[in-house]
Amino acid sequence: MSTATSARQQAPVGQVRAGIARRAVVTTVVLSLLLAAVVTTAVATGAYPLSPDRLILTLLGQGEAREAFVLFRLRLPSIVLGLLVGAAFGIAGALFQTLLRNPLASPDIIGISGGASVASAFGILILGVSGAILSLLSFAGAIVVAAAIALLSARGGISGYRFVLIGVGFAFVAQAAIGYLTTRGDVREASQALVWIVGGLGGAEWEDNLVVALALAALFTLTAVVAPRLRMLQLGDDTAASLGIRVERTRLTILVVAVALTAVATAYAGPVAFVAFVSAPIARRIVGGGRLSLIPSALVGAIVVLVADLVGGNLLPGAAVPAGIVTGIIGAPYLLWLLATADRGRQTP
Amino acid sequence: MATAGAKATEPGAVTDAAPAPRADGRRRRIRAWGLAASVVLLVVAVVLSLALGTRAIPLPDVLAALFTTAPGDPLQVIVRDLRVPRTLIGIAVGLALGLAGTLMQGVTRNPLADPGILGVNAGASLLVVIAIAVFGVTAPLGFIWFAFAGAAAAAALVYGIGALGRDGATPVKLAIAGTAITAAATSVVTLLLITDIETLSAYRFWQVGSLAGRGVDILTVLWPFIAVGALLALLLTRDLNLLAFGDDVARGLGHNAALTRALAGVSVVLLCGTATAIAGPIVFVGLVIPHIARAITGPDYRWIFAFSLVLGPVLVLLADVLGRLVVAPSELEVGLVVAAVGAPVMIALVRRVRLGSL
Repeated sequence: MSTATSARQQAPVGQVRAGIARRAVVTTVVLSLLLAAVVTTAVATGAYPLSPDRLILTLLGQGEAREAFVLFRLRLPSIVLGLLVGAAFGIAGALFQTLLRNPLASPDIIGISGGASVASAFGILILGVSGAILSLLSFAGAIVVAAAIALLSARGGISGYRFVLIGVGFAFVAQAAIGYLTTRGDVREASQALVWIVGGLGGAEWEDNLVVALALAALFTLTAVVAPRLRMLQLGDDTAASLGIRVERTRLTILVVAVALTAVATAYAGPVAFVAFVSAPIARRIVGGGRLSLIPSALVGAIVVLVADLVGGNLLPGAAVPAGIVTGIIGAPYLLWLLATADRGRQTP
Repeated sequence: MATAGAKATEPGAVTDAAPAPRADGRRRRIRAWGLAASVVLLVVAVVLSLALGTRAIPLPDVLAALFTTAPGDPLQVIVRDLRVPRTLIGIAVGLALGLAGTLMQGVTRNPLADPGILGVNAGASLLVVIAIAVFGVTAPLGFIWFAFAGAAAAAALVYGIGALGRDGATPVKLAIAGTAITAAATSVVTLLLITDIETLSAYRFWQVGSLAGRGVDILTVLWPFIAVGALLALLLTRDLNLLAFGDDVARGLGHNAALTRALAGVSVVLLCGTATAIAGPIVFVGLVIPHIARAITGPDYRWIFAFSLVLGPVLVLLADVLGRLVVAPSELEVGLVVAAVGAPVMIALVRRVRLGSL
């Protein structure tokens, strides 16, 4: 960081800009390579390890039936789901935090994930549903809570702090409601509901992944369209308005995209704790320059989810720990470390 | 807000909560009558808590049970053995949480400070789960020391990490540290719960927050902690008024801000730890009560504490009574009712008041 600062003092503006752009490209490439390494590890390791040659043969369709089953029915669906939802959470977190100008504004903290959790706990414990209906319920829960927060906090425009504070209120209520739901009904079902509420990649299916992929493809495209306007909003509302941006409408659009990203990902993987919260700050830390870094955020999100799933699979003998628990346990100390080492004057994570 | 004057001084913006040198006459009248009304409300809440439930008991019988003894009378048994302990516990828990919330908001100058947000509840929950899973504790009386230790550890950790760095314990850093500790503790709790079904079946009834099924014996063990915590809190009111000017001004007036924070921390841990040990993690009381008190009294912490002391028990008792009535003959736990009642209050506050930036 210090070398970058001194370079910035000496070099002309054009060179500095080129330097930042170069750094963004390098970061993206490095993160992509890292992600590829994580994916390879996830494909090859597990209760039934696949050596590199067997892996390639199986991928080419020449492996044994058992190897093909492990690879195509068990591992790849989870990995693909992890890539998709990790990227979605990473981008959603970056959008929320930038739009509301608040590091606390991530879907897990402002109750949007909580809404999904309550809906799915209700679905599992009271209605006894599963599969696609459960995903639909979870999706609806996230959307309803987000709409409620937006309506309640809208008073002459969406204010960051009001949005976050009302969201925290909803998160509390969600927590209480989940606590209540787990005291009703059979303890075994309550345990299942907890696993679902935590979120993870277990039980992923190709059919679900197709739905997630289609929905997220549309949302990622939309994100790419609105991202330049979000960058202008970062300059301040007045500046953005003078650049020809319709501030309130742009805000609302970005908010809807971010909520939809969260809701889709949560519907199929559960609210994997902390991924949306930490991905964007990590990406910003790596890229530097205080830029909105959506692609690095998505890459970091995917890496975090897949690594958490890998770690969770090997944490306890006999039982796979859901990725959401691992992200909570790893993510929190990382956040605390960021907090403890943040320089004065620099943006808090 | 209560008055036009209160609006101008932004009672929600804790940062500028400097006490006016002399309250105007109207403000003084509001304070006096408000406090009297709050005490009346508390008496009403206590009576309701003694009289209402799955079986409503007429007032004369309640009084008879309190002041005479007729052995074997089932109504008297209900009042003396169930409702009186429950009411006393409700008063203790409400008082502790209301004071702790006020103290936390004053010391951190953070309108969002609450045992839930600053990670104290999560710390207590984590150690209670460990008590169940590792040490096989199942009785609420056995949870106490674990809940206590967890609350203290979490508070110390959140404050310690939040205070790192040159700019000290800013509200944003405290809130983020609290969130992080909560997330980590919750993850470990969930891990223990989903791998051990017996722990889940013992823990799930503690974690909703309830006043039922606790005997007076818990209070006889724990009341000294609440008493010491409350006394300490009340001794700190003047210091909180000074702190409200900001650390620099307080220091300029010869005030030791670090000492105030440390004593306040001890008080908060005593109050929250005890309340959580008795009733389980209850959110919103610590958040909402100081805001209501501040809306009535304005920014002087001496009055805010007086109101919190009375209104905390009122909120908890009324929520408990409501929980007994809405789904009778079954009942909703007080933690759930407080959340359901507290959330709209919090949202209304956030919408009406321009909160000081976090």
